Amino acid sequence: MIPVPTPVRFYQVGSFAVGNRLLDPDQRTVQADTARTNSLDSGHRACQGCGEALGARYVLDTAMRASDNKVVAVNATGCLEVFSTPYPESSWRLAWIHSLFGNAPAVATGIAAAMRAKGRLDVRVVAQGGDGGTVDIGFGTLSGMFERNDDVLYVCYDNEAYMNTGVQRSGATPPAARTATTEAVGPAPGNPFGQGKDLPRIAMAHEISYVATATVADLHDLEAKTIRAMAHRGARYLHVLVPCPLGWGAASKDTIRLARLAKETGLFPVFEAEHGEVVSVAKIRHKTPVVEYLKAQRRYAHLFKGDHQDVIDQLQALADRNVGRYGLVDPTSADAPQLTED
Amino acid sequence: MRRQLEGSRAVAEAVARCRPEVVCAYPISPQTHIIEAIGAMVRTGAIERCEFVNVESEFAAMSVSIGASAAGARAYTATASQGLLYMAEAVYNAAGLGLPIVMTLANRALGAPINIWNDHSDAMSVRDSGWIQLFAEDNQEAVDLHIQAFRLAEELSLPVMVCMDGFILTHAMEEVDLPSQAQVDDFLPPYSPRQVLDPADPLSIGAMVGPEAYTEVRYLAHLRQLDALEAIPRIGTEFAAAFGRDSGGLVHPYRTEGADTVLVAMGSVLGTIKDVVDDQRDVGIPVGVVGITAFRPFPFAAVRAACQGAERIVVVEKAFSLGFGGVLSSDVTMAGAAPHHLVHSVIAGLGGRPITKAAIASLIERARRGEVGSLSFLDLDEDLIAGELARMAAERRSGPVAENLLRDLASAPHRSRETGRA
Ligand SMILES: Cc1ncc(C[n+]2csc(CCOP(=O)(O)OP(=O)(O)O)c2C)c(N)n1
Ligand code: SF4
Ligand SMILES: [Mg+2]
Repeated sequence: MIPVPTPVRFYQVGSFAVGNRLLDPDQRTVQADTARTNSLDSGHRACQGCGEALGARYVLDTAMRASDNKVVAVNATGCLEVFSTPYPESSWRLAWIHSLFGNAPAVATGIAAAMRAKGRLDVRVVAQGGDGGTVDIGFGTLSGMFERNDDVLYVCYDNEAYMNTGVQRSGATPPAARTATTEAVGPAPGNPFGQGKDLPRIAMAHEISYVATATVADLHDLEAKTIRAMAHRGARYLHVLVPCPLGWGAASKDTIRLARLAKETGLFPVFEAEHGEVVSVAKIRHKTPVVEYLKAQRRYAHLFKGDHQDVIDQLQALADRNVGRYGLVDPTSADAPQLTED
Repeated sequence: MRRQLEGSRAVAEAVARCRPEVVCAYPISPQTHIIEAIGAMVRTGAIERCEFVNVESEFAAMSVSIGASAAGARAYTATASQGLLYMAEAVYNAAGLGLPIVMTLANRALGAPINIWNDHSDAMSVRDSGWIQLFAEDNQEAVDLHIQAFRLAEELSLPVMVCMDGFILTHAMEEVDLPSQAQVDDFLPPYSPRQVLDPADPLSIGAMVGPEAYTEVRYLAHLRQLDALEAIPRIGTEFAAAFGRDSGGLVHPYRTEGADTVLVAMGSVLGTIKDVVDDQRDVGIPVGVVGITAFRPFPFAAVRAACQGAERIVVVEKAFSLGFGGVLSSDVTMAGAAPHHLVHSVIAGLGGRPITKAAIASLIERARRGEVGSLSFLDLDEDLIAGELARMAAERRSGPVAENLLRDLASAPHRSRETGRA
């Protein structure tokens, strides 16, 4: 077992560098260790700056470390599956199966059941998919897996749309965002307000032992949550916000910055829950206005042509509701680095 | 041991003796009794080292089976009708991945209109999926085919669907010879997978394949189906040697020597047809019947050989392709078993309509007089159809067809089914 790291303080304010060199060896990331497994090896075909590739690499290497390298991974159809396994190449250096778009949780259940039948409880099952594969088409199988409390860690890499098929709206697409099926045209451009699913909270309603959200901006936190998830048995859910430069219309270099802004605005609350109760929240020291986040992405560009302050206000209200619901803002919080413009 | 058992119970006991490691269950009539019985046996420990998973849909049932099988476990599930359609995407996937899952299909009609009774439409809907499809004639054969199915599936690394007629077989009490655990253990070795998800020897299963190799992957899957044409009779012969009775194989010819007319069918209707054949042979009429056990892969050569010398072939089939005609008869035609125009497709027993001895006898008589066309429907109620066609011609908003027909039937009780039409 890896010890659960205590929250890391960063002294390089204004920089997003993780700064492993400054940490004690036992606080460094799995990824910083040359003995990491490289579960998702280099050479795959993700776009430059793909948040999903980054998130999956950290999650899987950490899960491998936490299980003595005994992970079997199941992948839903989607970018992660496609960019990692164009025949005859595979970037996966762990036991990995892709079956269908909507059945990854059920395939994972089957593997876990097989391992139980064979008395191989040392083998751990991690299933993963995009937001479409998770909140929409795979929702039934995911809910079934949760409800039965099958011994599976499910990881959703949320890039807020169906990216692999060309950026169409999913049930996780935020309001006002332009996608190929919610074009920025007509009287209410972009994705409608009042729709969509909050899967972490739905997962919590299943009262499974562990639910957490994370972003690729704080990879220490992502690893720590993966470790904690692996320490539980039964159904567990990890929802990781992974910016997609292509789908969001953002610069590749902004992937980490956008993930951090999503958290710092309150639009994407970062928390952990056990047995349906929130047990920890990643605080925001200085709440950033949502406009900072929106203006860096072309999927919101229509909001800045003409007067759409009312729409921006509505999005701000959504962020503020999260701030209230989870108690996100804490000016005394020392763990959150201050955000400065670069 | 010979016991008087319900078909579902007999199949459940047979599957239990095959030592499944993961069994998925989602209820749909007429499959329910099978999975209920297996569930109870897992709970009591009668089936050891087995996980019984109550899933939320048939799509999950097949998907869990996929995961279990890929992880090296012997996986079994059962479904019927709408359940098979609901899992269709995963059915294709299991075959494409080459996973030796065994599934019972308790054959049932497809909706709409919703109908829980027997026909073979469900099996036909996935005939191109890459599953081996075997049809049981009676409950003894259903038991035996399940035991053979695990051998076959695991030897070839292909999934096998054992089709048994819903209600007619699943719910029928019959005497069945259930093999002992020791006999099955001798016949069925532990599952040794061709590919397995093993952290100690990691591999990727289910990668994307483009135009450069997709055809070759499919071709190899076809070759494995052709291998099954050799494996099915071989395993059937071994089974006969071990268990002392003939079951399985590709086709079952019955009294076809010197027959001018050969009927072809699958499943439980073969019992009725054999009775009629016996009656007709008793009065010197040269008819025979060929039962097809292996529908996929389709045994062209065996069908051709079994029908050799017949002047005409009458395929009695419990499914058809709308806008096309008989599916089985089209395969029989392809087998070149008789000149094309002498293969007659007779659609019968849809949605549970009884196929009576009288109707089969009359069919044979008419066929031998040259009065049966290339496609016909046994016991079709022409009046009922004429009534609805007239209604549709008379008014645009004529309403839902099924409900109209039921109303017509209710208001004309003298035409109820029980009165029996030829
Ligand atoms: C049953 C089915 N419907 C649709 C598709 C097409 N499809 C493949 S990947 C994909 C989008 C995946 O989106 P998401 O799950 O969000 O993952 P991402 O690519 O964004 O990482 C879609 C719609 C499919 N493969 N299977
Ligand atoms: S489209 Fe988005 S999710 Fe897909 S590979 Fe590119 S950056 Fe990653
Ligand atoms: Mg997505």
